[in-house]
Amino acid sequence: METVSVDQAIKLGLTSSEFEKIKELIGREPNFTELGIFSAMWNEHCSYKSSRVWLSQLPTKNKYVIQGPGENAGVIDIGGEDVAIFKIESHNHPSYIEPYQGAATGVGGILRDVFTMGARPVANLNSIRFGRPEHAKTKYLLNGVVSGIAGYGNCMGIPTVGGEVEFDECYDGNILVNAMNIGIAKKDKVFLSIASGIGNPVIYVGSKTGRDGIHGASMASQEFDDNSEAKKPTVQVGDPFAEKLLLEACLELMKTDTIVSIQDMGAAGLTSSSVEMASKGKLGIEIDLNKVPCREENMQPFELMLSESQERMLIVLKEGKEKEAEKIFKKWDLDFSVIGKMTDSKNLVLHFKDEIVCDIPITSLADEAPKYNRKWESTPLPQEIDMDQKLKDLDIKTCLKQLLSHENQANKTWVWEQYDHMVMGDTIQKPGGDAAVVRVHGTNKALAASVDCTPRYCLAHPFTGGMQAVCETYRNLSAVGAEPRAITNCLNFGNPEKKEIMGQFVDVIKGIKEACTELDYPVISGNVSLYNETNGVGIKPTPTIGGVGLIQDVNNTMTYGLKSSDSLLIVVGETKGHIHQSALCHDILYLKKGPPPTMNLQEEKKNSFFIRDLIEKKLTQSVHDVSDGGIALAIAEMCMAGTIGAKISTNLTGPERIKYLFGEDQARYIIEIKKEDLNNLVQMAKEQEISMTQLGSTNLEQFAIDEIKISVDEMIKLNNNWFYNYNSN
Amino acid sequence: MKFEIFVTLKKEVLDPQGKAVEGAIQNLGLSNISNIRQGKYFTLEVNDSNEEKATQQAEEACKKLLANLTIEEYSIKKIG
Amino acid sequence: MKASVIVFPGSNCDRDVQVALQKFQIDTTMVWHQETSLPKSDLVVLPGGFSYGDYLRCGSMASKSKVMNEVIKHAKDGGYVFGICNGFQILTETGLLPGALLRNSKLKFICKNVFIKTTNNQTAFTKKIPENKILSIPIAHNEGNYFASKEEIQSLKEYNQIVFQYCDEEGNISGESNPNGSFLNIAGISNQTKNVLGMMPHPERSIDQLLGGVDGQGIFQSLL
Repeated sequence: METVSVDQAIKLGLTSSEFEKIKELIGREPNFTELGIFSAMWNEHCSYKSSRVWLSQLPTKNKYVIQGPGENAGVIDIGGEDVAIFKIESHNHPSYIEPYQGAATGVGGILRDVFTMGARPVANLNSIRFGRPEHAKTKYLLNGVVSGIAGYGNCMGIPTVGGEVEFDECYDGNILVNAMNIGIAKKDKVFLSIASGIGNPVIYVGSKTGRDGIHGASMASQEFDDNSEAKKPTVQVGDPFAEKLLLEACLELMKTDTIVSIQDMGAAGLTSSSVEMASKGKLGIEIDLNKVPCREENMQPFELMLSESQERMLIVLKEGKEKEAEKIFKKWDLDFSVIGKMTDSKNLVLHFKDEIVCDIPITSLADEAPKYNRKWESTPLPQEIDMDQKLKDLDIKTCLKQLLSHENQANKTWVWEQYDHMVMGDTIQKPGGDAAVVRVHGTNKALAASVDCTPRYCLAHPFTGGMQAVCETYRNLSAVGAEPRAITNCLNFGNPEKKEIMGQFVDVIKGIKEACTELDYPVISGNVSLYNETNGVGIKPTPTIGGVGLIQDVNNTMTYGLKSSDSLLIVVGETKGHIHQSALCHDILYLKKGPPPTMNLQEEKKNSFFIRDLIEKKLTQSVHDVSDGGIALAIAEMCMAGTIGAKISTNLTGPERIKYLFGEDQARYIIEIKKEDLNNLVQMAKEQEISMTQLGSTNLEQFAIDEIKISVDEMIKLNNNWFYNYNSN
Repeated sequence: MKFEIFVTLKKEVLDPQGKAVEGAIQNLGLSNISNIRQGKYFTLEVNDSNEEKATQQAEEACKKLLANLTIEEYSIKKIG
Repeated sequence: MKASVIVFPGSNCDRDVQVALQKFQIDTTMVWHQETSLPKSDLVVLPGGFSYGDYLRCGSMASKSKVMNEVIKHAKDGGYVFGICNGFQILTETGLLPGALLRNSKLKFICKNVFIKTTNNQTAFTKKIPENKILSIPIAHNEGNYFASKEEIQSLKEYNQIVFQYCDEEGNISGESNPNGSFLNIAGISNQTKNVLGMMPHPERSIDQLLGGVDGQGIFQSLL
């Protein structure tokens, strides 16, 4: 066997002390293939070596959770025989290098995570973040990513029902593409990746293996520099058609009694899938690499093990079921090959030509992978600053117009019209609402889902920002009448080797933990993306949260478009006028100092229950959560969605009025109610100790705030144009 | 000066279209046909009578726009 | 009424149209593209989706499937054939309908509700829809830009084969109400004998008020 040097180890992304640890663990020098396998398993992406110690603190259980983190995706009970299976995952680095393929394969990967577990995927969501619109690459990246998401999801026939799009300078050199998928399965038909049964055959199905993305997983764990373009050839190409066939074939196979365990080949391909299955089953695995279906000639063991060719699965079958399974994959024109078996050796053994090219203990790759308790430094809560001088002369109408036409608040129809959001015939609330609502096929219940994060809050005070991201999904789900059940998270950060970045990570985790615990809203799956830095400049901490809730009766969901010009408008939750870190300050006035709004988890919970109760009792006409842009923007959005006006009075002047209208105090909702329901509502709020203020009423064609007036038509024009104008030249 | 340009996916990059077309061709009974790769074909004229310079400009068009060098390669041929 | 829905590799609106047909009590069988015979059916539906990934040309490879020989025979014998979206593209590739569907003029996939005018209600698919009735039905395609030669267009007009045209809410057929650049705002056409219909909009997505509308149901009711 050829020997390897520490230099080669470093080139593969390992450190010299990690190289020493490898030698110690296996009691000899590794060969090149083995070294490659270690480098793939021990990199940040697969081993979570910087984050594991902290992730383990997150709450992962409530009465609905059937499967928490550690599997391909998490599983929750949604009543009857049904479960929802979901996860969010990042594909940031590949999407920066090749936006179409990077985003497409990001969608492909998350879909496989979900259908691997036995679910039919029913809803795609995403969170995409780009640099400044005027940055030279932004338009190209935006168009590529949106087309890539569309290209994959549309072809698969899975609706893309929601998401968020944001532009911020911090993503100039590191865009974020986080893709989420939700699937539905039967409780007794959930498949896991725990291998069992010595001698059981290991089969490879799907597309052939090429040299795609070799070492993509290590690429995802390195910072970018100006030479990143040179890393281009490792980007994989997605084939949604092949994946559609793979989906149907897998679901067909899952109806038979043949599968022991199943795992998709994602990051680090055959290596991580085989090691994870064996590791979870505490078994060994033996693979004959000569039997791996290849697309290219002369592929070497290193390449076969590390290739990230897409649309492939590894399955452990019950003994003797090979023929039955093969028949199904042949029907769908997919490759099928028995490539190995489970063993009692507890080692990963690879054969190639007539040699054994790898023989290493599974535990050394998985359980013994390095775990770092990196140095971290907490971000203190910033002091409030006196902004009254800057706010006192602001013209409210101008502020509102600027917000409406700002890229971050602009209507995103240009984006989501490129996604098929209706296929499968169950989309009850399409993109653009507070949360997407998708009926559980053939039933009278529905799932609601929302993806959220406010990175400016997370940068100002990561602990608060972490809590806020969780609460924002909670509120969005509540606003459509759903009971929030669990979340998935995608934690995007800079370089964890810097203590202030590691501190952001730790604080955010603590914030998420606090919110999830208090709201009984656990984390059931997720992913961490670190090293989102270019030339030493990191992104704002961006913990994207995907929340999922249940609506018991599809006829009882709520939207935010105003319904009548003869109703009352009420804000539920307390308005203190917290203007620091608001969209107005950050995006329009460029005042980026000060603390984010304070979180009050008890209020969040109480107000959410109240809102859901009102929706269930049919006491609201429309409901909208208050977030970016405060009360003013929330009502403007309700007007535009319903093409009905509103008239509110503040009884305030000067900076106080600005703060009242554009401040972003949390735990608030605007509701539209019938006049005759007011007394009833006031009584209910009193009983439940809910803070509630009547703002005004709906109106014909104008949005009036005290003496200030703007027509709904004008607002719609301002709000609709940004994406079309930006992309038309 | 007129050129024809072929843009194809690099040999080592998966060509989903070529693969699907190959499957369909075989289903039609043409079982001797294999290794189908799909590409794009362009013709263009360069307003420059110096062949070397004209070729250079066609090359530039390929590099800057016609081909995505991350995944594709191109070939240029003068046709008039 | 018995219907067969053909399932090609990459079809993805097969279940949606099955749900729609069953909602109107049409007895529906799913038929795999490699079958060499059709179950006894009055209606054959070619569903939407991305047969063969939309690779090469949309619908081109599906049009060569084994079962398509039977579908063509069924159409020639006067049986009903209904192609929706990708199904329409397949019908033009087989030659059962004239013309072709090109890339949308704005080069983007478009998924949204559009208005179409029922220009011809003298077909089996539209006979219960009032003439010139404006319907709101979703489209979801990347290649829906209808193109045909001058002669073909002439003949479409002569034989009254234009069934649906994109329009605005008031029924004006104009450039502004044309979502994809289709010639004459064509959204759907029939063959000369009016037993084959192809359309880009998805009527099966418009049969449930909860999902945003029921304007598609007239087509299914017409078939009963």
